[in-house]
Amino acid sequence: MTIRHHLTDQLLMAYSAGELPEAFSLVVATHISRCDECRARLASFDAVGGAVLTQCDAAPMASGSLAATMAMIRSRAIEGVGPPRERPAPVSGLFPAPLRDYVGGDLDRVQWRAVGGGVRQAILRTEGPGSVRLLRIPAGVAVPDHGHRGLELTQVLQGAFHDGEDRFGPGDIDVADESTHHTPVAEDGPDCICLAATDAPLRFRSLLPRIAQPFLRI
Amino acid sequence: MADGSESREQEWADCVARVRDLRDEAAFASLFDHFAPRIKGFLMRSGADAATAEECAQDVMATVWHKAHLFDPARASVATWVFTIARNRRIDTIRRQRRPEPEDLGWGPEAEPDQADALALQQESARLGRALAALPDKQRTLIERAYFGDLSHSEIAAETGLPLGTIKSRIRLALDRLRHAMSQERP
Repeated sequence: MTIRHHLTDQLLMAYSAGELPEAFSLVVATHISRCDECRARLASFDAVGGAVLTQCDAAPMASGSLAATMAMIRSRAIEGVGPPRERPAPVSGLFPAPLRDYVGGDLDRVQWRAVGGGVRQAILRTEGPGSVRLLRIPAGVAVPDHGHRGLELTQVLQGAFHDGEDRFGPGDIDVADESTHHTPVAEDGPDCICLAATDAPLRFRSLLPRIAQPFLRI
Repeated sequence: MADGSESREQEWADCVARVRDLRDEAAFASLFDHFAPRIKGFLMRSGADAATAEECAQDVMATVWHKAHLFDPARASVATWVFTIARNRRIDTIRRQRRPEPEDLGWGPEAEPDQADALALQQESARLGRALAALPDKQRTLIERAYFGDLSHSEIAAETGLPLGTIKSRIRLALDRLRHAMSQERP
Protein backbone atom coordinates (compact mmCIF):
# COMPACT_ATOMS: atom_id res chain seq x y z
CA MET A 1 0.00 0.00 0.00
CA THR A 2 1.44 3.33 -1.04
CA ILE A 3 0.37 6.07 1.34
CA ARG A 4 0.27 9.51 -0.20
CA HIS A 5 -1.65 11.53 2.39
CA HIS A 6 -0.11 11.74 5.84
CA LEU A 7 -0.70 13.24 9.27
CA THR A 8 0.32 16.85 9.91
CA ASP A 9 3.20 17.74 12.24
CA GLN A 10 0.72 19.51 14.51
CA LEU A 11 -1.38 16.36 14.96
CA LEU A 12 1.70 14.21 15.54
CA MET A 13 3.10 16.59 18.13
CA ALA A 14 -0.26 16.91 19.91
CA TYR A 15 -0.60 13.11 19.97
CA SER A 16 2.99 12.75 21.23
CA ALA A 17 2.35 15.34 23.95
CA GLY A 18 -0.78 13.41 24.95
CA GLU A 19 -3.09 16.31 24.18
CA LEU A 20 -5.37 14.91 21.47
CA PRO A 21 -8.94 13.99 22.42
CA GLU A 22 -9.63 10.25 22.37
CA ALA A 23 -11.68 10.38 19.13
CA PHE A 24 -8.75 11.91 17.20
CA SER A 25 -6.17 9.74 18.94
CA LEU A 26 -7.98 6.66 17.63
CA VAL A 27 -7.72 7.89 14.03
CA VAL A 28 -4.05 8.90 14.49
CA ALA A 29 -3.20 5.51 16.05
CA THR A 30 -5.04 3.74 13.23
CA HIS A 31 -3.11 5.67 10.56
CA ILE A 32 0.28 5.12 12.22
CA SER A 33 -0.41 1.39 12.53
CA ARG A 34 -0.22 1.20 8.72
CA CYS A 35 2.22 4.07 7.97
CA ASP A 36 5.89 3.72 8.92
CA GLU A 37 6.66 7.22 7.66
CA CYS A 38 4.29 8.74 10.23
CA ARG A 39 5.43 6.20 12.84
CA ALA A 40 8.98 7.50 12.42
CA ARG A 41 7.81 11.13 12.48
CA LEU A 42 5.89 10.42 15.69
CA ALA A 43 9.01 8.83 17.20
CA SER A 44 10.94 12.03 16.44
CA PHE A 45 8.32 14.06 18.33
CA ASP A 46 8.51 11.53 21.18
CA ALA A 47 12.27 12.21 21.18
CA VAL A 48 11.48 15.89 21.82
CA GLY A 49 9.41 14.70 24.81
CA GLY A 50 12.43 12.67 25.96
CA ALA A 51 14.62 15.77 25.77
CA VAL A 52 12.03 17.83 27.69
CA LEU A 53 11.92 15.11 30.38
CA THR A 54 15.72 15.02 30.61
CA GLN A 55 15.95 18.79 31.00
CA CYS A 56 13.00 19.05 33.37
CA ASP A 57 13.67 20.23 36.95
CA ALA A 58 14.11 17.09 39.03
CA ALA A 59 11.90 16.65 42.10
CA PRO A 60 13.66 14.58 44.79
CA MET A 61 12.04 11.20 45.41
CA ALA A 62 10.84 10.31 48.90
CA SER A 63 13.27 8.38 51.08
CA GLY A 64 12.93 4.63 50.63
CA SER A 65 11.43 5.20 47.18
CA LEU A 66 13.75 2.79 45.34
CA ALA A 67 13.11 0.05 47.93
CA ALA A 68 9.35 0.61 47.61
CA THR A 69 9.62 0.33 43.82
CA MET A 70 11.64 -2.88 44.06
CA ALA A 71 8.99 -4.29 46.41
CA MET A 72 6.29 -3.35 43.86
CA ILE A 73 8.30 -5.07 41.11
CA ARG A 74 8.67 -8.27 43.16
CA SER A 75 4.99 -8.40 44.09
CA ARG A 76 3.99 -7.94 40.45
CA ALA A 77 6.39 -10.68 39.41
CA ILE A 78 4.66 -13.00 41.90
CA GLU A 79 1.28 -12.03 40.46
CA GLY A 80 2.62 -13.09 37.07
CA VAL A 81 2.59 -9.62 35.52
CA GLY A 82 6.04 -10.40 34.19
CA PRO A 83 6.84 -9.87 30.54
CA PRO A 84 5.60 -12.23 27.88
CA ARG A 85 8.87 -12.86 26.05
CA GLU A 86 7.41 -13.95 22.74
CA ARG A 87 6.36 -11.43 20.16
CA PRO A 88 2.60 -11.11 19.78
CA ALA A 89 1.05 -13.14 16.99
CA PRO A 90 0.63 -11.12 13.81
CA VAL A 91 -2.97 -10.28 13.12
CA SER A 92 -4.46 -10.10 9.70
CA GLY A 93 -7.66 -8.34 8.78
CA LEU A 94 -8.78 -4.93 7.66
CA PHE A 95 -8.63 -3.11 11.00
CA PRO A 96 -5.37 -2.44 12.84
CA ALA A 97 -5.26 -3.32 16.56
CA PRO A 98 -6.35 0.06 18.01
CA LEU A 99 -9.49 0.09 15.86
CA ARG A 100 -10.24 -3.57 16.59
CA ASP A 101 -10.18 -2.68 20.31
CA TYR A 102 -13.01 -0.20 19.79
CA VAL A 103 -15.08 -2.33 17.40
CA GLY A 104 -14.59 -5.54 19.38
CA GLY A 105 -13.20 -7.29 16.32
CA ASP A 106 -12.72 -6.78 12.62
CA LEU A 107 -15.09 -5.63 9.84
CA ASP A 108 -17.53 -8.51 10.46
CA ARG A 109 -18.20 -7.23 13.99
CA VAL A 110 -19.25 -3.70 13.00
CA GLN A 111 -22.85 -2.82 13.87
CA TRP A 112 -23.77 -0.75 10.82
CA ARG A 113 -26.79 1.55 10.69
CA ALA A 114 -28.17 2.89 7.43
CA VAL A 115 -28.08 6.67 7.22
CA GLY A 116 -29.56 7.19 3.75
CA GLY A 117 -28.24 7.08 0.20
CA GLY A 118 -26.81 3.63 0.78
CA VAL A 119 -24.33 5.08 3.28
CA ARG A 120 -23.93 3.22 6.56
CA GLN A 121 -22.18 4.24 9.73
CA ALA A 122 -21.20 2.96 13.14
CA ILE A 123 -20.43 5.42 15.93
CA LEU A 124 -17.63 4.29 18.23
CA ARG A 125 -17.79 5.10 21.92
CA THR A 126 -15.18 7.62 23.09
CA GLU A 127 -14.89 10.05 26.01
CA GLY A 128 -14.21 13.75 25.79
CA PRO A 129 -14.68 16.22 22.96
CA GLY A 130 -15.24 15.07 19.39
CA SER A 131 -16.72 11.91 17.98
CA VAL A 132 -15.49 9.13 15.75
CA ARG A 133 -17.38 6.81 13.41
CA LEU A 134 -16.88 4.20 10.75
CA LEU A 135 -18.47 5.08 7.40
CA ARG A 136 -19.28 2.65 4.61
CA ILE A 137 -19.97 4.34 1.28
CA PRO A 138 -21.00 2.39 -1.85
CA ALA A 139 -19.14 3.04 -5.10
CA GLY A 140 -20.18 6.24 -6.86
CA VAL A 141 -22.05 7.61 -3.85
CA ALA A 142 -21.10 10.99 -2.43
CA VAL A 143 -20.52 11.48 1.23
CA PRO A 144 -23.10 14.18 1.98
CA ASP A 145 -21.78 17.61 0.96
CA HIS A 146 -20.67 19.42 4.05
CA GLY A 147 -18.65 22.34 5.25
CA HIS A 148 -16.47 21.92 8.28
CA ARG A 149 -16.18 23.66 11.57
CA GLY A 150 -13.14 22.59 13.47
CA LEU A 151 -11.00 19.62 12.63
CA GLU A 152 -12.00 16.52 10.71
CA LEU A 153 -9.83 13.46 10.10
CA THR A 154 -10.82 10.76 7.62
CA GLN A 155 -8.71 7.61 7.42
CA VAL A 156 -9.37 5.31 4.45
CA LEU A 157 -9.40 1.63 5.38
CA GLN A 158 -10.76 0.12 2.16
CA GLY A 159 -11.64 1.42 -1.29
CA ALA A 160 -11.01 5.05 -2.15
CA PHE A 161 -12.67 8.42 -2.52
CA HIS A 162 -12.07 11.54 -4.57
CA ASP A 163 -12.72 14.93 -3.03
CA GLY A 164 -12.71 16.79 -6.34
CA GLU A 165 -9.01 17.52 -6.14
CA ASP A 166 -7.30 14.45 -4.84
CA ARG A 167 -7.66 10.71 -4.49
CA PHE A 168 -7.56 9.09 -1.06
CA GLY A 169 -6.87 5.35 -1.11
CA PRO A 170 -6.26 2.70 1.54
CA GLY A 171 -3.96 4.01 4.27
CA ASP A 172 -4.40 7.66 3.28
CA ILE A 173 -5.65 10.23 5.75
CA ASP A 174 -7.57 13.37 4.87
CA VAL A 175 -6.98 16.22 7.33
CA ALA A 176 -9.61 18.93 6.85
CA ASP A 177 -10.50 22.11 8.70
CA GLU A 178 -12.68 25.22 8.36
CA SER A 179 -11.06 26.18 5.09
CA THR A 180 -11.96 22.88 3.40
CA HIS A 181 -15.02 22.58 1.22
CA HIS A 182 -15.02 19.29 -0.54
CA THR A 183 -17.40 16.64 -1.79
CA PRO A 184 -15.86 13.23 -1.36
CA VAL A 185 -17.22 10.60 -3.75
CA ALA A 186 -16.49 6.90 -3.32
CA GLU A 187 -14.58 5.39 -6.22
CA ASP A 188 -15.81 2.43 -8.27
CA GLY A 189 -14.96 -0.90 -6.73
CA PRO A 190 -15.54 -2.23 -3.24
CA ASP A 191 -17.40 -0.05 -0.70
CA CYS A 192 -15.23 2.74 0.65
CA ILE A 193 -14.75 2.20 4.38
CA CYS A 194 -13.38 5.10 6.41
CA LEU A 195 -12.77 6.01 10.02
CA ALA A 196 -13.76 9.64 10.54
CA ALA A 197 -13.35 11.88 13.59
CA THR A 198 -14.73 15.37 13.98
CA ASP A 199 -14.72 17.88 16.82
CA ALA A 200 -17.69 19.87 15.58
CA PRO A 201 -21.09 18.95 14.21
CA LEU A 202 -21.05 18.80 10.43
CA ARG A 203 -23.02 21.48 8.60
CA PHE A 204 -24.81 19.87 5.74
CA ARG A 205 -25.72 22.09 2.85
CA SER A 206 -28.16 19.92 0.93
CA LEU A 207 -31.68 19.34 2.20
CA LEU A 208 -31.84 15.60 2.58
CA PRO A 209 -28.74 15.17 4.72
CA ARG A 210 -29.88 18.07 6.91
CA ILE A 211 -33.05 16.14 7.67
CA ALA A 212 -30.96 13.06 8.31
CA GLN A 213 -28.57 14.92 10.60
CA PRO A 214 -30.41 14.19 13.88
CA PHE A 215 -30.28 10.49 13.02
CA LEU A 216 -26.61 10.68 12.11
CA ARG A 217 -25.88 12.18 15.53
CA ILE A 218 -23.25 14.43 14.03
CA MET B 1 29.98 20.28 20.65
CA ALA B 2 30.25 17.04 22.58
CA ASP B 3 29.41 17.24 26.27
CA GLY B 4 29.39 13.55 27.11
CA SER B 5 25.65 13.26 26.57
CA GLU B 6 26.19 10.66 23.79
CA SER B 7 28.02 8.33 26.12
CA ARG B 8 25.40 8.92 28.80
CA GLU B 9 22.58 7.95 26.41
CA GLN B 10 24.52 4.81 25.58
CA GLU B 11 25.05 4.10 29.28
CA TRP B 12 21.29 4.24 29.98
CA ALA B 13 20.62 1.92 27.05
CA ASP B 14 23.18 -0.53 28.47
CA CYS B 15 21.45 -0.35 31.87
CA VAL B 16 18.07 -1.25 30.32
CA ALA B 17 19.73 -4.18 28.51
CA ARG B 18 21.19 -5.37 31.85
CA VAL B 19 17.76 -5.13 33.49
CA ARG B 20 16.26 -7.06 30.58
CA ASP B 21 18.88 -9.81 30.37
CA LEU B 22 20.18 -10.11 33.93
CA ARG B 23 17.47 -8.54 36.12
CA ASP B 24 20.40 -6.41 37.31
CA GLU B 25 19.23 -4.39 40.34
CA ALA B 26 22.33 -2.16 40.39
CA ALA B 27 21.69 -1.12 36.78
CA PHE B 28 18.07 -0.48 37.70
CA ALA B 29 19.16 1.65 40.68
CA SER B 30 21.26 3.83 38.31
CA LEU B 31 18.25 4.29 36.03
CA PHE B 32 16.06 5.04 39.04
CA ASP B 33 18.43 7.67 40.47
CA HIS B 34 18.56 9.48 37.16
CA PHE B 35 15.03 9.14 35.81
CA ALA B 36 12.66 8.85 38.79
CA PRO B 37 13.21 12.45 40.04
CA ARG B 38 12.80 13.74 36.49
CA ILE B 39 9.58 11.79 35.97
CA LYS B 40 8.32 13.17 39.29
CA GLY B 41 9.30 16.71 38.28
CA PHE B 42 7.70 16.22 34.87
CA LEU B 43 4.41 15.02 36.38
CA MET B 44 4.35 17.83 38.96
CA ARG B 45 4.99 20.32 36.18
CA SER B 46 2.04 18.66 34.38
CA GLY B 47 -0.25 19.46 37.31
CA ALA B 48 0.07 16.42 39.63
CA ASP B 49 0.52 16.95 43.37
CA ALA B 50 3.75 15.68 44.95
CA ALA B 51 2.22 12.49 46.40
CA THR B 52 0.55 11.48 43.12
CA ALA B 53 3.72 12.32 41.16
CA GLU B 54 5.83 10.23 43.56
CA GLU B 55 3.48 7.26 43.26
CA CYS B 56 3.28 7.54 39.46
CA ALA B 57 7.08 7.91 39.12
CA GLN B 58 7.54 4.67 41.09
CA ASP B 59 4.96 2.99 38.91
CA VAL B 60 6.64 4.22 35.71
CA MET B 61 9.99 2.87 36.94
CA ALA B 62 8.38 -0.50 37.75
CA THR B 63 7.07 -0.52 34.17
CA VAL B 64 10.63 0.14 32.93
CA TRP B 65 11.68 -3.05 34.76
CA HIS B 66 8.81 -5.17 33.45
CA LYS B 67 8.86 -3.89 29.88
CA ALA B 68 12.65 -3.70 29.42
CA HIS B 69 12.30 -6.33 26.65
CA LEU B 70 10.20 -3.89 24.60
CA PHE B 71 12.83 -1.14 24.55
CA ASP B 72 14.37 -0.81 21.10
CA PRO B 73 17.57 1.31 21.15
CA ALA B 74 17.45 1.64 17.36
CA ARG B 75 14.16 3.55 17.63
CA ALA B 76 14.38 5.52 20.87
CA SER B 77 16.70 6.74 23.59
CA VAL B 78 15.91 5.56 27.12
CA ALA B 79 14.76 9.10 27.97
CA THR B 80 12.31 9.02 25.05
CA TRP B 81 11.02 5.60 26.02
CA VAL B 82 10.61 6.67 29.65
CA PHE B 83 8.83 9.83 28.49
CA THR B 84 6.25 7.77 26.57
CA ILE B 85 5.57 5.59 29.63
CA ALA B 86 5.26 8.67 31.90
CA ARG B 87 2.99 10.43 29.38
CA ASN B 88 0.70 7.39 29.17
CA ARG B 89 0.61 7.20 32.96
CA ARG B 90 -0.39 10.88 33.08
CA ILE B 91 -3.23 10.34 30.60
CA ASP B 92 -4.39 7.16 32.31
CA THR B 93 -4.08 7.99 36.02
CA ILE B 94 -4.14 11.76 36.26
CA ARG B 95 -6.42 12.67 33.36
CA ARG B 96 -8.41 9.41 33.51
CA GLN B 97 -8.59 9.18 29.74
CA ARG B 98 -8.03 6.35 27.32
CA ARG B 99 -5.24 6.58 24.77
CA PRO B 100 -5.43 4.40 21.67
CA GLU B 101 -1.90 3.30 20.72
CA PRO B 102 -0.63 2.27 17.26
CA GLU B 103 -0.42 -1.45 16.58
CA ASP B 104 2.73 -2.93 18.02
CA LEU B 105 5.33 -4.00 15.48
CA GLY B 106 5.79 -7.28 17.24
CA TRP B 107 9.27 -6.50 18.43
CA GLY B 108 10.87 -9.63 19.80
CA PRO B 109 14.21 -10.96 20.93
CA GLU B 110 14.68 -12.73 17.58
CA ALA B 111 15.29 -9.45 15.81
CA GLU B 112 18.21 -7.91 17.68
CA PRO B 113 18.63 -4.26 16.74
CA ASP B 114 21.61 -3.35 14.62
CA GLN B 115 24.35 -1.98 16.90
CA ALA B 116 25.29 0.79 14.49
CA ASP B 117 21.63 1.86 14.19
CA ALA B 118 21.34 1.92 17.97
CA LEU B 119 24.50 3.97 18.40
CA ALA B 120 23.50 6.46 15.71
CA LEU B 121 20.07 6.90 17.30
CA GLN B 122 21.56 7.55 20.75
CA GLN B 123 23.86 10.16 19.18
CA GLU B 124 20.96 11.84 17.39
CA SER B 125 18.98 11.93 20.64
CA ALA B 126 21.86 13.63 22.44
CA ARG B 127 22.14 16.13 19.58
CA LEU B 128 18.41 16.86 19.79
CA GLY B 129 18.74 17.48 23.53
CA ARG B 130 21.50 20.03 22.91
CA ALA B 131 19.44 21.70 20.19
CA LEU B 132 16.50 22.04 22.60
CA ALA B 133 18.73 23.54 25.28
CA ALA B 134 20.17 26.00 22.75
CA LEU B 135 16.79 27.35 21.57
CA PRO B 136 15.81 30.90 22.54
CA ASP B 137 13.93 30.85 25.87
CA LYS B 138 10.58 31.79 24.41
CA GLN B 139 10.66 29.04 21.81
CA ARG B 140 11.89 26.39 24.24
CA THR B 141 9.22 27.32 26.78
CA LEU B 142 6.50 26.86 24.17
CA ILE B 143 7.73 23.33 23.40
CA GLU B 144 8.00 22.47 27.10
CA ARG B 145 4.49 23.74 27.75
CA ALA B 146 3.15 21.53 24.95
CA TYR B 147 4.76 18.43 26.48
CA PHE B 148 3.75 19.36 30.03
CA GLY B 149 0.17 19.41 28.78
CA ASP B 150 -0.32 23.18 29.18
CA LEU B 151 -1.50 23.67 25.60
CA SER B 152 -4.59 22.32 23.86
CA HIS B 153 -4.08 20.47 20.58
CA SER B 154 -5.14 23.52 18.58
CA GLU B 155 -2.68 25.75 20.47
CA ILE B 156 0.27 23.51 19.70
CA ALA B 157 2.53 24.95 17.03
CA ALA B 158 4.35 22.16 15.25
CA GLU B 159 7.13 24.48 14.09
CA THR B 160 9.66 23.61 16.78
CA GLY B 161 12.83 25.02 15.26
CA LEU B 162 14.44 21.67 16.13
CA PRO B 163 16.32 19.51 13.59
CA LEU B 164 13.89 16.56 13.56
CA GLY B 165 14.61 15.43 9.99
CA THR B 166 17.80 13.50 10.77
CA ILE B 167 16.41 11.63 13.77
CA LYS B 168 13.26 10.79 11.80
CA SER B 169 15.36 9.35 8.95
CA ARG B 170 17.33 7.22 11.42
CA ILE B 171 14.17 5.79 12.94
CA ARG B 172 12.67 5.20 9.51
CA LEU B 173 15.75 3.20 8.54
CA ALA B 174 15.46 1.08 11.69
CA LEU B 175 11.76 0.46 10.93
CA ASP B 176 12.60 -0.63 7.38
CA ARG B 177 15.20 -3.07 8.69
CA LEU B 178 12.72 -4.42 11.24
CA ARG B 179 10.00 -4.87 8.60
CA HIS B 180 12.51 -6.62 6.37
CA ALA B 181 13.55 -8.99 9.17
CA MET B 182 9.89 -9.70 9.94
CA SER B 183 9.06 -10.49 6.30
CA GLN B 184 12.10 -12.83 6.07
CA GLU B 185 10.80 -14.67 9.07
CA ARG B 186 7.20 -14.83 7.90
CA PRO B 187 7.35 -15.26 4.14
